[in-house]
Amino acid sequence: MDIPKLPLGRGVEWLENWLTTYFGPVFKFILNVISGMVEGIETILTVPPTLVLIVIIAALAYWIGKWRMALFAVIGLLLIDNLGLWNPSMQSLALVLTASILAVIIGVPIGILCAQSNGVKNTVTPILDFMQTMPAFVYLLPAVSFFSLGVVPGVIASIIFAIPPTIRLTNLGIRQVSSELVEAADAFGSTPTQKLIKLQLPIAMPTIMAGVNQTIMLSLSMVVISSMIGAQGVGALVYRAVSQAKTGAGFEAGIAIVIIAILLDRLTQNALKPKKR
Amino acid sequence: MSIIEVKQLTKVFGHDTGRALPLLEQGWSKEKIAQEVKLTVGVNKAEFSIEEGEIFVIMGLSGSGKSTLVRLLNRLIEPTAGQVLFKGKDVVKMNAEQLRQFRRKNIGMVFQKFALFPHRTVLANAEYGLEVQGVEKETRTRRAMEALELVGLKGWENSRPDELSGGMQQRVGLARGLANDPDILLMDEAFSALDPLIRKDMQQELLELQSRVKKTIVFITHDLDEALRIGDRIALMKDGVIVQIGTPEEILIQPANKYVERFVEDVDLSKVLTASHVMRKPELVRPERGPRVALQLMRDSGVSSLYVVDKETKLQGVITAEDALLALKENKTILDVLRREIPRVTPDTLLNDLFELMSETHLPVAVVDESDRLKGIVIKGAVLSALAGNAVPEGGAN
Repeated sequence: MDIPKLPLGRGVEWLENWLTTYFGPVFKFILNVISGMVEGIETILTVPPTLVLIVIIAALAYWIGKWRMALFAVIGLLLIDNLGLWNPSMQSLALVLTASILAVIIGVPIGILCAQSNGVKNTVTPILDFMQTMPAFVYLLPAVSFFSLGVVPGVIASIIFAIPPTIRLTNLGIRQVSSELVEAADAFGSTPTQKLIKLQLPIAMPTIMAGVNQTIMLSLSMVVISSMIGAQGVGALVYRAVSQAKTGAGFEAGIAIVIIAILLDRLTQNALKPKKR
Repeated sequence: MSIIEVKQLTKVFGHDTGRALPLLEQGWSKEKIAQEVKLTVGVNKAEFSIEEGEIFVIMGLSGSGKSTLVRLLNRLIEPTAGQVLFKGKDVVKMNAEQLRQFRRKNIGMVFQKFALFPHRTVLANAEYGLEVQGVEKETRTRRAMEALELVGLKGWENSRPDELSGGMQQRVGLARGLANDPDILLMDEAFSALDPLIRKDMQQELLELQSRVKKTIVFITHDLDEALRIGDRIALMKDGVIVQIGTPEEILIQPANKYVERFVEDVDLSKVLTASHVMRKPELVRPERGPRVALQLMRDSGVSSLYVVDKETKLQGVITAEDALLALKENKTILDVLRREIPRVTPDTLLNDLFELMSETHLPVAVVDESDRLKGIVIKGAVLSALAGNAVPEGGAN
C-alpha cells in the first residue's frame, strides 16, 4: 500500500503560473475595473463633508424604513466620526459595496441560468459548496499573485466568498414561482424572456433580495481578512489592533464594522418591503 | 365547420413513451400498461370535434385524464401521438413561434386555482395576454377594461388579486382569458374552487356571457350537475378514454355503458329533464267541429277533456265533458264554453319548475312553443314516473 502522494498542490501552483503567464492582460483589465470602482465609490463617500453624507444616509434610511432606522443611522455614523474612524470606514464600505455590486451583477444571471436548467444547477452547486467551505485565506494567495497586493484581491476574495447566497437564492426564488403561474404565462404565449421579466423575477424578488442581503453581510465579514493582503480601511485597523494586542482600538474599529453592518442589513432588508410608517 | 378536430390524440407519461403506442393499439388497458411497462397513460386515442360557438364539456373523475386532455389542445403538455387540428392546421406540428402565436391569438385559458399574477393589479392581469403580444399600452388598457366590464369587475381594476374574493378572482381570470379575444376559451375546472352558491352564479353568468360573445368554450369539470347545466355537448372520460360524447339528454337517457349509467344514476333528474321529455300527445279538437263531436271524441279516447286548437294548432283552450254537455243543452259553440285560462309552459321548462304549476291545477299542463302552438301535454303521472327512474313515456321526447 505505497501510493505516492498525489501532486495536487503542485498542480494548483502550475495552474496559477500558467494563468498569470497567459492571462496577464485579462487580469490587468479586471484589476483596472475593480480598482476604478472602489476608488470611485470611495471618492463619493469621502469627498462630501461628513455631516452632509450622514444626512443623506439618514434620509435614505427614513425613506426606506422608518424614523427609528434614520435615528440609528445618525447616532451610529456620528459615533464613527467621533472615534476618528470615518475615512477607514468609508474605505471598507467602498470595498464591500464594490464586491457586493459585482457579486449581484455576476450572481443573479448565474442564478437565473441555474433555475432554467438542471444541468447548470447540478454543475454550479458543488462549485458554490467548494467556494463557501474552502477557507477564505486559501484563495487570497492566488488572488494576490494575479492582482498583486491591495484592495483588488480583497474584492475578488470577497466576491468568491460572498456570491453563493445570491446565486442560490436567485435559483430558489425562481424555482419557487408556482407552476400554475408559469403555466398561465405559457398559456398566453409568453416568450421565455417575457416570462422571466414579467413573472418570475418580480415574484422571486423578495427571495433574491434575501440572497443579496446575505452577500453584503458575507462580504462585510471579509474586510478584516482582506486587510491582511493590503486592503486599507477599518478592517486593517482591527487587524493591526489584534497583532499589537490593543484591545481598546480593536473594539472601536469593531464597533464601526458592526454599525455599518446593521445599517447595510436593515437597509437592504427593507428596501423591497411595502412601506409602513 | 368544426373549429377543433382531435384525432387519435394520446399522451403517455414516463420514459421512452413510444413503447406504449403499439400496446394501446392492441387494446391494452391503462392499468395493464402501468403494471407491465411502468408507463402512465394520460389520454388514450381521444377522438372528437368541437363546433364553433358551442360549450363543449369534458367531464370525468380525478385521474380520468381530462386536465391532461385540455392541456394537449394548447400543448401545455406535449402529445405523444395524434393530431389537434385548429381550423385544419395541426397544432402538434407547429414550431415554437407558431405555437406562441396560436396561444396569443386563438386560444385562451382559465385555471382552476385562478393563477392570477399576484404582483400585478387586476387591470394588469387582464392586460397580460395583450402585453406579451406587444399591443400598445392604450389599446390593451381599453380592451382589458372592456373585458373587465364584461365580467362585472368595473371599478376593481386597480386592486390586487388577493384583495378580491374567490368568485371575483375567477372573474379576473375570465377577463384575462377574454381580453385578447381568442376563438377558443379553455376552462380547466374553472369554477371548482368556488363555493356552491357562487359557482352556480358563475355558471349562469358564463352562459349569459357566452350568448353575448359567442366563444367556443372547452369546459373541464368533475361535476356532473355543472356539465349538464352548461354543456351543449359533454364528453365523458374514464381512464384516459372518452367513454361517451353527446348532449346532456343523450348522456342521461341513453348512457353508452354501465360506467356512464352509474355516473348519471344519482343525477337530480328534475333539474335536467324538461317538459319536452315527459309530454304526451294531447287529444285535439277544432272549435268548428262543435260540442257533439267533442263529446264523441272524449268517449272514444276515454278522456274527460279536449284541447282546442285552431288550424295552425295554436292553443285556444280546454273543453271538459261537463262544458261540452252544457254547450249541447244550451245550444252554444265550443268557443262559448271554452276554458282559456289554462297553465302553459315551454318545452324547455325543467321538471323542477313544473312541480309548482302542477300542484296548483287539476288540469294537465299544456306545452306550447313560442308562437303558442300546442306541442303536447304533461300529466302528473308522467312527471312522477320520469323522476322515479328512466321511464320516459313512449313517444315523449321528439
